[in-house]
Amino acid sequence: MLTDAAAIVTARLGVPNSWTLKAYLETGGYAGLRKALSMTPEEVSAEVMTANLLGRGGAGFEVGRKWSMLAKPRPAYLVINGDESEPCTYKDHMLLEADPHQIIEGTLICAYATGAAQAFIFVRGEFALGIERITAALNEAYAYGAVGPNIFGSGFSVDVVIHPGAGAYICGEETALLESLEGKRGFPRDKPPYFPAVKGLYMQPTVVNNVESVSNLPWIVLNSGEAFKGLGQGRSTGTRIFSLSGHVRQPANFEIEMSKTTFRDLIYDPKLGGGIRHDNQLKAFIPGGASAPWFGPDHLDMGLDQDAVGKAGSMLGSGSVIVMDHTTCMVRASWRITRFFHRESCGQCTPCREGGGWLDKILHRIESGAGREADLDLLLDICDNIAPGLSWPPQKTTICVLGPSIPSSITSAIKMFRDEFLVHIKEGGCPFG
Amino acid sequence: MAVLLADGTPTQVETVTITVDGTSIEARKGEMVIAAAERGGVYIPRFCWHPRLRPVGMCRMCLVEVKNPRGWGLAPACYVPVADGQEVITDSPKVKKAQDGVLEFLLINHPLDCPVCDRGGECPLQDQTFAFGPGESRMIEEKRHWEKPIPINPLVALDRERCIQCARCTRFADEVAGDAGIDFVGRADATEVNTFLTGTFESNFAGNIVQICPVGALTAAPYRFKARPWDIDVIESTCTFCSVGCRISVQSSQNRLTRHLGIDSDPVNHGWLCDKGRFGYEAIESESRLTTPLVRGADGSLTEASWTLAMQAAADGLRQIVDTSGSGAVAVLGGARLANEDAYAWAKLAKSVLGTDNVDCQLGDGLPAEVVLGLPQATIDEACAAPAILLLGPDLKEELPVLYLRLREAIVDKGVPLVELVPAGTGLTRHAAVSLKHRPGEAATVARALVGAIAGARVSSEGAGGVSGADLVKAAEVLGKEGVVVVLGRPSLAEPASATVDAAGVLAQGLPGVRFLPALRRANVRGALDMGLAPGLLPGRVSLADGAAWFGADSAWAAVPGGRGLDATAILQAAVDHDIHALILLGADPLADFPDRGLARRALDAVAFTVAVDTFANPSVRGADVVLPAAGFAERPGTTTNIEGRVTRLGQKVTAPGTARPDWTIAVELATRLGSDLGFDSLDSIAAEVERLAPSHAGLTPAMLAAPGHRDGLVVPLTRPQAPVEPNRPVEAVEVAAAEAQGETLLPEPEPDADAPLEPLAGVRYDDTAAASDDGRPPLLTFVPVAATSPSPPVDAYSLRLVSGRSLYDAGVLVQQSPALAPLAPGASLRAHPHDLGHLGVTTGDQVRVTSSRGSLTLRAVADSSVLRGSAVLAFNQPGPGAADLIDARQPVTDVRVETVAPGSGHVA
Amino acid sequence: MARLTPDNVRRCRDLIGLYPQSRSALIPMLHVAQEQDGWLTPEAMEHVGEMLDITPAEVYGTASFYDMLFTTPVGRHLVSVCTNLACLLNGGVELLEHAEASLGVAAGGTTDDGEFTLEEVECIAFCGAAPCLAVNWRFFGSVTTDAFDHLVDDLRTGRLADEVPPHGTLCRVRRNVGLTAGDATATPVAAPAAGTTEGA
Ligand SMILES: Cc1cc2nc3c(=O)[nH]c(=O)nc-3n(C[C@H](O)[C@H](O)[C@H](O)COP(=O)(O)O)c2cc1C
Ligand code: SF4
Ligand code: FES
Repeated sequence: MLTDAAAIVTARLGVPNSWTLKAYLETGGYAGLRKALSMTPEEVSAEVMTANLLGRGGAGFEVGRKWSMLAKPRPAYLVINGDESEPCTYKDHMLLEADPHQIIEGTLICAYATGAAQAFIFVRGEFALGIERITAALNEAYAYGAVGPNIFGSGFSVDVVIHPGAGAYICGEETALLESLEGKRGFPRDKPPYFPAVKGLYMQPTVVNNVESVSNLPWIVLNSGEAFKGLGQGRSTGTRIFSLSGHVRQPANFEIEMSKTTFRDLIYDPKLGGGIRHDNQLKAFIPGGASAPWFGPDHLDMGLDQDAVGKAGSMLGSGSVIVMDHTTCMVRASWRITRFFHRESCGQCTPCREGGGWLDKILHRIESGAGREADLDLLLDICDNIAPGLSWPPQKTTICVLGPSIPSSITSAIKMFRDEFLVHIKEGGCPFG
Repeated sequence: MAVLLADGTPTQVETVTITVDGTSIEARKGEMVIAAAERGGVYIPRFCWHPRLRPVGMCRMCLVEVKNPRGWGLAPACYVPVADGQEVITDSPKVKKAQDGVLEFLLINHPLDCPVCDRGGECPLQDQTFAFGPGESRMIEEKRHWEKPIPINPLVALDRERCIQCARCTRFADEVAGDAGIDFVGRADATEVNTFLTGTFESNFAGNIVQICPVGALTAAPYRFKARPWDIDVIESTCTFCSVGCRISVQSSQNRLTRHLGIDSDPVNHGWLCDKGRFGYEAIESESRLTTPLVRGADGSLTEASWTLAMQAAADGLRQIVDTSGSGAVAVLGGARLANEDAYAWAKLAKSVLGTDNVDCQLGDGLPAEVVLGLPQATIDEACAAPAILLLGPDLKEELPVLYLRLREAIVDKGVPLVELVPAGTGLTRHAAVSLKHRPGEAATVARALVGAIAGARVSSEGAGGVSGADLVKAAEVLGKEGVVVVLGRPSLAEPASATVDAAGVLAQGLPGVRFLPALRRANVRGALDMGLAPGLLPGRVSLADGAAWFGADSAWAAVPGGRGLDATAILQAAVDHDIHALILLGADPLADFPDRGLARRALDAVAFTVAVDTFANPSVRGADVVLPAAGFAERPGTTTNIEGRVTRLGQKVTAPGTARPDWTIAVELATRLGSDLGFDSLDSIAAEVERLAPSHAGLTPAMLAAPGHRDGLVVPLTRPQAPVEPNRPVEAVEVAAAEAQGETLLPEPEPDADAPLEPLAGVRYDDTAAASDDGRPPLLTFVPVAATSPSPPVDAYSLRLVSGRSLYDAGVLVQQSPALAPLAPGASLRAHPHDLGHLGVTTGDQVRVTSSRGSLTLRAVADSSVLRGSAVLAFNQPGPGAADLIDARQPVTDVRVETVAPGSGHVA
Repeated sequence: MARLTPDNVRRCRDLIGLYPQSRSALIPMLHVAQEQDGWLTPEAMEHVGEMLDITPAEVYGTASFYDMLFTTPVGRHLVSVCTNLACLLNGGVELLEHAEASLGVAAGGTTDDGEFTLEEVECIAFCGAAPCLAVNWRFFGSVTTDAFDHLVDDLRTGRLADEVPPHGTLCRVRRNVGLTAGDATATPVAAPAAGTTEGA
């Protein structure tokens, strides 16, 4: 059911020049920060804890709990993850361009609550306009007194630095992001021991939160954690942006109430996806970005609920829903996703680096008509060698979870559309042309 | 867990207990499961893990099952620290599938060119494939391709198709050597190791990456295709290319040396070698090796002669001079090339038979024996554990490379602060807490100010000796702790040893609890000094005065010199003054190594008779009257002593060329022809006499050194604390593989009659704290500093004051006779501060004429802002005319005028 | 092409000043170098290494990890066509094929006149407007083959010069404050707020 919950993080979307300080202030901007500064950091954290805001970056960890895990010897750093590169996720891109002040305000509230010595907003390098907008916004915010020394006369001081990335998906993974922020190759760090909350940026305790996650903070501070928790249900509270793409009539970012809204609503509601293009049939959809296992039409009535989706064997991940209609070649779709992971592997772990390339080659061979029947078992066995048992959370065969994410699309495609693979193999080519 | 020190003292190591495959293992707190399991006898396969590098957990070969709160799960054994009660399974089907999977991943893109790979036969990838791997590749697609071997520097080639991205080489370069000239390039499965686009991997340690590469991706240019591992014979030995004494595995194939590998000696080299030590073995086979005796004939030319004839000629020549001009007319130069036993035999020959004390194993380029042996001593380990290190010596990165690695690790990883008191920047400068760059010749002035500051004296803001007051204050803060270790050597050959001795004396008296680690470069200089090859010294670190009675009373010694003789500089001067008529050059090349070439040349020209005992026909040898060929490194057994006083065994692997023979046998025969019997018929007989007579070596027997637990050697006197003996130390797979390739254990041990390695050392009779023991043994030398004098002359505004240290690659025989190393000598160029060069209108690359009171030469100028203003730096002993042509050994400093020259004008010496 | 200009050295110093550890400024500095020359010249990488006290190999090794940093020359316009899933489902591959034919270069190639480098990229987070592409990281959505040809024409003739600066220019807005939180007397960074962001 599409609820009438008001937008939280996309409320300013249609406002002219929404990215300027003027427009931001006219629409209630920085009131959340002012209010937060009038509270103690503990009170702010408590509101966020009550809200049960789940991280919007992919892992879905409670933001408030993450803050509370920050290890003691300080300084601590705050890093905002705006590296958004999960295929078909484009919400943070939009927020950076449309509402950069909201991100800055959320960052400052988070910095205040966690006592961070300095904050960094890591923005995906390719987002040129987003970087320009948020840099300009930061300049304005400094001039306005919202950042820097003695913010709004509260005595609280913090600096914020916009850090542009340079193009590498893996830098969205929080420990790779920290390495990259330290000026190095984006190699994820092994956890343990390198949990950011313990040994993060410069080996200091660090909070890493997603752009959308912190964009919720001004609203939560202003409206209370209870109010946020009043939206959605269970652990999936509040609203969330879903990036809808693929074969829908109206692909776009939609902010909707979690859990209560279903995939069917998202894809078919005229105010949302508007249904499959050309009234085609839904063949499959991916509920949470390219790393997530696929769902078929039988899952349409599931709510956009983190736990429900998890229990069904997939994940809500980065909040991107990709819709494939009946004309889609599933071999090709899974090959394309596999190729993405192959190219984006950082190259550290043998299973991910070599396995990704091998799977890419086999799928490409099948897609182009030179497949062998034995290839399906081979694919599954290679997947099993990358992620034994294909369980989640995965075994520690790799340093980060990019490696164990590679099998998702392949095992989904083979499980759901084995025949299609066999047709490719037997007919020596793609039936979809 | 108790670990026994070599002297039997147990030390406690904090341990936890873990269970591996059902067996409980005592593991050291903080170590990784992979290392603990290995101690307990369970070998977990690995590629990226290396005991001396930080773990990265990249290859994932070491996956095992570890029980965690959520149940059993796969985890990399190299990245999981041990914890009490931890349970680990390394042999379950789940583990096997995971490991096989990783192995298969590593092989799908591997070229499988084992038959033509240098690593074939000692390759963990090959071995593991053989042991666990699948028979056939399941990947039918095209493999990844890279251009076949590319040179990453003149010594090392890289085959990226064989690379398994384990990061051992890049970690070594960055973490250990501090030369991050290689890095990963690219991403995903296009990741390669490479240098900068327009650069090479510049490092004095490049060969180590070949050794630790677990596959054949990195190969050494001098070794490529030389031998197959299974044809190789191995013996453990000690590198004698400098005085650090790295343990090495010397390998040969068909009586030719093929390779040196570093052995992981915990107290010394940690498995590392410098490239000179690793690749210098080529010199052994050089064309210019002396293979047969030579005697200067009536026509004035050197001609081949039989040993009998040559020995007689040598004995006759010496006898005649002793008879006509007295014992003091004979002098012996050199001896640091020799093994300890050789050095003892020659010391005995010179002092007891020839009766001369004009003996010096150093060539005016070291420090007096009293200073080297007589100051309170520190080992390398002790230096690395000191509250602070003070470097008063040369650029260790160039002169004692592996000592540089050890200190760098202590400084960078363990946070030991370093202060440098040096005339020019060194390889450690970037890691120094404070680098006190002093004006040449003024180290003592700075030392005095420093010691004053530590004692609380006010430091004037203008400082002292070219060092600012602020830096002195900073250094005093760092060094104001009990037990600082001074690394002491000759920072510059353009000033006499006295400048350094004065400074050392000041520090010895002014720093509480200070100890010294000598940083002399020449091979076995420490052993030669211990054996008495220095004026005023007798074997066993005793002075002539203290030891005369003890040696004089022993029947083995015919006589003891009557008084203190001359050092190298004085010997050469005496030769010029016609007070010395005969010279014995014991592996010495004064024309190349003495700081003042003019004096050396005049001296060699002036003496009536010269005997040269050497391995190579170097320039000084070519002027000798009798030339006796000696066996070189790897051609004779024996023992050697490193800078710490650590005695280790040398291994013989090949036979000496022609009729060349060990130096000690030459001494024995020469003595016989001079009418004396040295009393030696074997190395052991020499060792026995050393043990009996030389106080520093009391208790040290060959059997003890041969005991398996003492492969790292023993520090003399044996009363010094010894390094712990580690049972089952995790060793690098390559070392094991190299040895096991021929079904041997790593160390071919001679009959271990001391088969209880962990028992306390037997027979230690000497206590160096006692002034003299009951049985009349003389006390060990101590150095009593005298108030320093030698002020430097005032600096003249038109001159630059010269600093001259050595570089790793030079014009020395060893480098020049190694085809791979010879081109690496950088050549002489004059480095000076851009400001000083600017005054002359000179920039980098210009030719300048450099003139001292001694000579003049034309050099390339290099502007270098790390050089102190008013100083000029010129590397010693580079091919062609150089610093030795400018230095006057009698002057306290060497001032040079620098002028521009029109391009094209040549060298003038 | 060469080392960094004095102005860019100043920019780099300001960047270094923003971080607790200097090496953090590496990637931002490489963007400056790429803005200067359109790609990372060996000289510029060496210069950056000198400023950060790291080796050129480390600079190159790091730069080569990232797709946006080019260590070989690139055209004035870098055309990045996405073929990842959302675009694939909406004709991204066909768009790329058209681009190859129309520009006369295969993906990864540069046109002879040095105007265009064409590359196939992973998702550029513009999936609501698939198929999409970026030119010098300025985004264009729902690109039909006709639209592509128009775009190329506009770029060639300079009609889009305002929206699409030459390759390497990432952010035309300069940060105009240094770090101030710990230090009330901290000075603003050198560059004034030059340039502005465009409209949507
Ligand atoms: C391969 C990989 C890529 C990721 N990419 C992103 C990303 O682009 N943006 C993001 O916010 N989080 C990303 N994450 C998740 C982050 O690691 C981290 O969980 C998140 O930034 C935390 O913020 P949150 O708790 O506010 O969600 C990625 C994780 C992995 C394993
Ligand atoms: S799993 Fe892949 S992306 Fe993650 S650290 Fe390992 S190689 Fe890198
Ligand atoms: S991951 Fe443990 S040895 Fe490589």
